[in-house]
Amino acid sequence: MHRDGPEVFPERYTASVEVGERALRVGLGGPVGSGKTATVAALCRALRATVSIGVVTNDIYTREDADFLLREAVLPAERIVAVETGACPHTAIRDDISANLEAVEELEEAVGPLDLVLVESGGDNLTATFSRGLVDAQVFVIDVAGGDDIPRKGGPGVTTADLLVVNKIDLAPYVGADLERMAVDAAAQRGALPVLFTAVKQPGGIDPVAAWVGDRLAAWRAVRT
Amino acid sequence: MATDHGCPVPGARAALLLLADGRFPAGGHAHSGGAEAAVAEGRLRDAGTLAEFCRGRLHTTGLVAAALAAAATSGADPLGLDDAADARTPSAAQRAVSRRLGRQLLRAARAVWPAPALDDLAAARPRGVHQPVVLGLTAASAGLLPLDAAYAAAYDCVSTPASAAVRLLGLDPFQAAAVLAALAAEVDSVAEEAEGAGRRALREGPAALPAGSAPLLDLGAEAHAGWAVRLFAS
Repeated sequence: MHRDGPEVFPERYTASVEVGERALRVGLGGPVGSGKTATVAALCRALRATVSIGVVTNDIYTREDADFLLREAVLPAERIVAVETGACPHTAIRDDISANLEAVEELEEAVGPLDLVLVESGGDNLTATFSRGLVDAQVFVIDVAGGDDIPRKGGPGVTTADLLVVNKIDLAPYVGADLERMAVDAAAQRGALPVLFTAVKQPGGIDPVAAWVGDRLAAWRAVRT
Repeated sequence: MATDHGCPVPGARAALLLLADGRFPAGGHAHSGGAEAAVAEGRLRDAGTLAEFCRGRLHTTGLVAAALAAAATSGADPLGLDDAADARTPSAAQRAVSRRLGRQLLRAARAVWPAPALDDLAAARPRGVHQPVVLGLTAASAGLLPLDAAYAAAYDCVSTPASAAVRLLGLDPFQAAAVLAALAAEVDSVAEEAEGAGRRALREGPAALPAGSAPLLDLGAEAHAGWAVRLFAS
């Protein structure tokens, strides 16, 4: 006797799925409090009219971020799922991506087809990056209040993320952050990889990030057609 | 496949190390094996209580899991074993966790040790099969013997709460490792007993499998599943 549904669970791991056959997966990582959840919320508001979106959150303590997104009503509840990470958020997005892959696939099964799945990491350290087996592109979110020396310190998130977002630039005068120095340091660490300075909670603040995601989506769709 | 005179195929011993490694990417890191609930209830506090917790788990659900795994490796019908695992897992929360972990292990196994038996299992039970059954079939795909699968299941049953206890209690990691080392002889005997049970199950059917259970683990799992705030998925 089983409660197994009739649907076929996607058995393959990500690498064996044809590009374009599923939603584009974008990971958002970064230190605690830098504005990852705010970025996800703002991206959903900016894109939801034209893009079918799902969100997977990874919390240290279960559902905090998912509940925030639900309260903010950025998406219908069934489009937001939380993954529990067993005290190691970086493990769940990098070393053992099993639970996140399942969450993404279940989301696509339940409410799909989706164009875009945003996978938000639990707040972690500067070494946390997403596995290429889980996401197609990753955004690393830092903020000026966390210290303007973070770009100089580097680490895999800062140096290798497909997009680096330096958030809360409106706070720079109050915390004594030197934005120009951050830009020079980031360019030195990242070479040609893009860096966006913004404040995602301010009017229009999410627009450059949304535009970048839009470009990735267009590239993803181009493969399918 | 393994040969029948107890001598594994080349590479099998290293494959067992890989399969039993806590870092094998099959989702286990997010689970505490009941340790988080036991810590909250005050039953798991230090190295001494960790040893008792692991011993209790090993000789009850650990033996059942190891026997299921050994039976699956030796060629018993995995769907029959899956039903047998259901019948031996009274907690609905634990059944759900076991199937989820089985599904995650199956994904990893199909990528690491591809085999038609694994594909067939995924097609037959798209929502997941109990983890020990998948573990047994994975072991077979890796060229391992039923006893190897029993060892992997028995060791997993004690190593999962031990590593969770390090994170939950700030327990000295050397002490946690020493607890596992002290349990090694018992892991041996449980794995051997499980192998025998697996052989009987192949001959007489799944009813021959052991059915030990740990009511406190079941109750703890049910309570834990309802917590609003927790570090581990189970």
